[in-house]
Amino acid sequence: MDVPVLKQRDYLIASVQAVLTDRDLVVLRDRLVEQVGYYRSVGVILDVTGLDVMDSFSVRTLRDMAHMIRLRGADTVIVGIQPEVAFSMVQLGLSLEGVPTALDLEEGLAYLDSRPKRNHTRTK
Amino acid sequence: MITETDLLRHLGGEAVDTLDETATIAIDAVADIVTARQRGREMALRLGFSETESTLIATIISELARNIVLYAQSGEIKLERATSGERRGLVITCRDNGPGIPDVQRAMVGGYSTSGGLGLGLCGVQRMVDELDIDTKVGKGTTITAKKWLY
Repeated sequence: MDVPVLKQRDYLIASVQAVLTDRDLVVLRDRLVEQVGYYRSVGVILDVTGLDVMDSFSVRTLRDMAHMIRLRGADTVIVGIQPEVAFSMVQLGLSLEGVPTALDLEEGLAYLDSRPKRNHTRTK
Repeated sequence: MITETDLLRHLGGEAVDTLDETATIAIDAVADIVTARQRGREMALRLGFSETESTLIATIISELARNIVLYAQSGEIKLERATSGERRGLVITCRDNGPGIPDVQRAMVGGYSTSGGLGLGLCGVQRMVDELDIDTKVGKGTTITAKKWLY
């Protein structure tokens, strides 16, 4: 299952629209970590509305992904965690440890926009 | 399989008990983890578990199925309805012929993992189900039976 990635301003938006296998998640992680450089993006929004479950593997993979993207100089925000999924994560003690989350795409964009602006030496 | 009796009962408009069905899912690859948890969720919903509980059950199945892929390479997960007096629920049985768990006590403690996972597989599962039984023999395999009752 291929996850569509859109470039919006200097952000990347990836929307998970169907159930992903472990392998799909790893492919997505690697692709986003790479594309942040290709598109010179400063922010990534991962919409997980379509994920049916977040188990220990998916949580770890998404957390790793956010940390890798951070090392590449961009911020990640995960949006769209459904109430049932949030419940299961808390019950199982799964944590995204410091990876920012927001309600939906709109809030995710607002979050990225609210970060302190960098010096725009590159664009001026 | 739909028997003739089922069909007749159905046509007669009576409540058909389709929950007698059991599902066995072969676990050989990561894609089977998805199949197992989707079947589990469907079955949980049909049994009357809420959307939230069904997601939790799907997450538990996902963890158990991944344990099979990680440690035993292949095995199976059986989902069936559980009854005990008035109580109804779901039984998840995971069977594999893998290496077995050398130290079950230790595997149950949060943080223990030999696969580089998060180490909350079995321990997390135990907290979330009502009954958990682990039958394991080193070199022979593991059978994990988890029961979740409907309240």
